Amino acid sequence: MISSKILIPLYDNDVAPRFDLATEVLIVTGIGKAGPLNNRIVVLPRASAEQLCHLIITEDIQTVVCSGIEDDYYQYLTWKRIEVIDSVIGSSESALKRYLEGTLKPGEIL
Amino acid sequence: MKKVTTNNTVNAGDSIRTISVGKYAISPQIDHLFNVPVGFLELLDEIAIGVVILDLERKILVMNQSLKTLTGFSQKEFFGVACAHIIRSNICLHDCPALNINEKSGPKCIEGNLINKDRQLIPIRITSAPLNNFDGKMVGFLETVEDIRLLRKLDETASHAYNFDNIIGRSPEMEKIFQILPSLAQSDSSVLLTGETGTGKDMVAKTIHDASNRAKGPFVKINCGALPETLLESELFGHRKGAFTGAVENKPGRIQLARNGSLYLTEIGDLPLSLQIKLLTFLDDKEIFPLGSIKGIKANVRIIAATHRNLEKRVNDNRFRKDLWFRLNVIRLHLPPLRNRQGDTQLLLDHFLHSFSIKLGKKMLGLSRETLKILMTYQYPGNVRELRNIVEYAVNICEDRQIKPKHLPSYLMETGQIDVAAVAQESPAPVSFKTEDSDNTRQAPLNKWSDIEKRMITDALIKTGGRKNKAAVSLGWARSTLWRKMKQYGIR
Repeated sequence: MISSKILIPLYDNDVAPRFDLATEVLIVTGIGKAGPLNNRIVVLPRASAEQLCHLIITEDIQTVVCSGIEDDYYQYLTWKRIEVIDSVIGSSESALKRYLEGTLKPGEIL
Repeated sequence: MKKVTTNNTVNAGDSIRTISVGKYAISPQIDHLFNVPVGFLELLDEIAIGVVILDLERKILVMNQSLKTLTGFSQKEFFGVACAHIIRSNICLHDCPALNINEKSGPKCIEGNLINKDRQLIPIRITSAPLNNFDGKMVGFLETVEDIRLLRKLDETASHAYNFDNIIGRSPEMEKIFQILPSLAQSDSSVLLTGETGTGKDMVAKTIHDASNRAKGPFVKINCGALPETLLESELFGHRKGAFTGAVENKPGRIQLARNGSLYLTEIGDLPLSLQIKLLTFLDDKEIFPLGSIKGIKANVRIIAATHRNLEKRVNDNRFRKDLWFRLNVIRLHLPPLRNRQGDTQLLLDHFLHSFSIKLGKKMLGLSRETLKILMTYQYPGNVRELRNIVEYAVNICEDRQIKPKHLPSYLMETGQIDVAAVAQESPAPVSFKTEDSDNTRQAPLNKWSDIEKRMITDALIKTGGRKNKAAVSLGWARSTLWRKMKQYGIR
């Protein structure tokens, strides 16, 4: 099922290779609704997996698309009922496009 | 994305040892090394550490089996992808070694970590080197990726080998103590800790408690030398309401508070004689009688006592009861002074420097050579506590990133504790200050010690109004030594 709010950690225009080292994230809202997508890039004060998890929870994110993520954070997010599609390699744009098409799977190289 | 920017693709079938370039499948070979050509990919796979070959854009061309296992990616996934997305190391993102490499540079080695496809964080060491063609022009990079988990584990084990709980040391004396401590902690017998001030008696007492079956119970400490006799009695054994003026309510003693735990009696040598008999009764009967009470209270308490005094001597002088001495001296542990702990001074200096740097938020690089020599030569009458205080002072005072002699407490130079024989570089004959352990001299030279010594002589002469006899006494030297040194330094 397509969620209404997703987050993608960024490294330039690509999905960041490491969740814990990302200093920018793309937050996309309005997915699955009739209205246009609302893309927002949030610059983090410093790279930290804990802070990113906190942001994901407070922003009420439903899906995280990322690449390398440590198991502790993966388990924590899934425990919080957040869908995590990890090991995705490619540009954030194509990852988002594939996600919206409903064909993005973990380990996908775009 | 950036995958396969050249027209290279990989045979996605069962053959991972063949790379397809366009519509042709190629299998790189090594010629002329053996009688027959050898497969390059097969050879790479035989290497036990991860190997990856990158093009100039840092895209992966070839990766061996070890690295595939480490990262979890297969040949068809990684070919033509930027290495940062496959290796997924913190080094790739912040300090890519390939970025700082040119045709002439040697290999670069950096430690970091990677997150593999199984979501494991693995410590690694990456070594990156340029790959040049026959004309010396760089055509790509060769990187090795080593899994250093085992090394890290060994490092941890090695560092643990030098400590027990918070006690640090690797000298034979301390190793003996570390070996005894676990079994000693498991027994329930009384322990007597002896040793000079600052040798870590309190820490050992707490460690014994923490490693014992009573660890979940209380650890109660009382300093027998810190309180007047009557107050100490009330503190140790407690009192009943109305037992004396001011006893407005029942108060449990420390022994009672330590029930099912350990009672640590520090400075036991200073315990007044009248209380020694009461403590003796408790050790025999495991029962205490609070002041003003005729009803005894049972208390299951383990006694750990400590003193810096020579208890045998105090027993002989009738200042300590022999029977109490025998009861306390069930297990005796003597903590060696720092000057007898060979090799521990450096270890402790490193430890305290590191911990105070973190505590005080300073990025210290370490000690200068001169400082280290001074600190290694000093005799530390105050033992580890004094060493810790010296390092704390130096880290506080130091505004640079390296601690120099000027950052050390001035008394180190003034008290005559430094063994001149060990540090004097330019002295024609070894001379030494009076030290507590004059036999324990070391031969490490100290740069610029001559300047310090010169200043000390000048100061002594100024203080004594130029009288050489008195100056020599204040320096702890013979008059002839002072005369010789004055001549050497040209002091008139």
